[in-house]
Amino acid sequence: MKKRFLWPLALFIVLVGFLAAGLKRDPSLVPSPLIGKPAPAFDLPRLSGDARFSPKDMSGQVWIFNVWASWCVACREEHPVLVALAREKIVPIVGLNYKDQPADANLWLQRHGDPYGLSALDADGRVGIDYGVYGVPETYVIDKAGVIRFKNIGPVTREVLDEQIRPLLKELQR
Amino acid sequence: MKRFLLAAMTAWCLAASSAGAREAAALAEDPVVEQRLIRISEDIRCLVCQNESLAGSRADLANDLRREIRKLIREGKSDAEITAFLVSRYGDFVLYRPPVKPLTWVLWFGPFLLMLGGVVFLMSSLRRRQRTHAASVAPVLSDDERRRAEALLDATEPRS
Repeated sequence: MKKRFLWPLALFIVLVGFLAAGLKRDPSLVPSPLIGKPAPAFDLPRLSGDARFSPKDMSGQVWIFNVWASWCVACREEHPVLVALAREKIVPIVGLNYKDQPADANLWLQRHGDPYGLSALDADGRVGIDYGVYGVPETYVIDKAGVIRFKNIGPVTREVLDEQIRPLLKELQR
Repeated sequence: MKRFLLAAMTAWCLAASSAGAREAAALAEDPVVEQRLIRISEDIRCLVCQNESLAGSRADLANDLRREIRKLIREGKSDAEITAFLVSRYGDFVLYRPPVKPLTWVLWFGPFLLMLGGVVFLMSSLRRRQRTHAASVAPVLSDDERRRAEALLDATEPRS
């Protein structure tokens, strides 16, 4: 009979549990429906040189696709991580220069280092929309068959790189 | 001087109003398209400012997405096709009215389940209370007990 009075307390504890879990989650991180789907095709000019770039050019290799811009503050945060990763030469990193001015983009790369084998120019953000970009920087891992296997929204930190991207690269490159 | 000021102000007002009129005209370039754009985008969440609809958001991405939707409308796409275009890129999260599917069953039917549970609890506790109440007001006497009680009452009556 006494147990009945514990019911509200139990419900309250469950509610607190849900709220606590909710507090720890970042509502701005929206799971991408593109994971497991082929990377959307596009054909864009490159930041340097006259050649163009299409995701087809990367077929047969695992690659990282990083959306960046010179106006993006958080990009500066992740940039050293990408530069260090590029030095290891374990995976090609392709940039998507998103809604930026080429002159600003080049200056930014000169100042902070260029981890990208190449950057495609998405001046009007049209390709960004196809990739579901809503907050720069965003980073995709694309496998040999051209399928998106991973997406990171926001800066790539050392933790994200070591705990999520590296193991995935190892698995995909096998 | 006064007259000059007045003239300048009038000119400025005229210029401003005509500029405003031009801007309004550009927005209403194709009122049918704009109306459909607003109707579709009111039900879409802007991903940058998540509590704003795509129709109301001034975020850069919202501008771009409205531009895309306008283009799709001009291409003759249906509302469902346009919504599918956005969902395939940004996920169900962009919909203010999430679709009914196994993953969202709890979301759609959970409140009704909770209400049903509440009603069941209320009914059972009311019934229980009624039973205990009935038991306390109507103690059951057997015929034998009743007769003895009446006999006792009769016996004490004359004295009072």
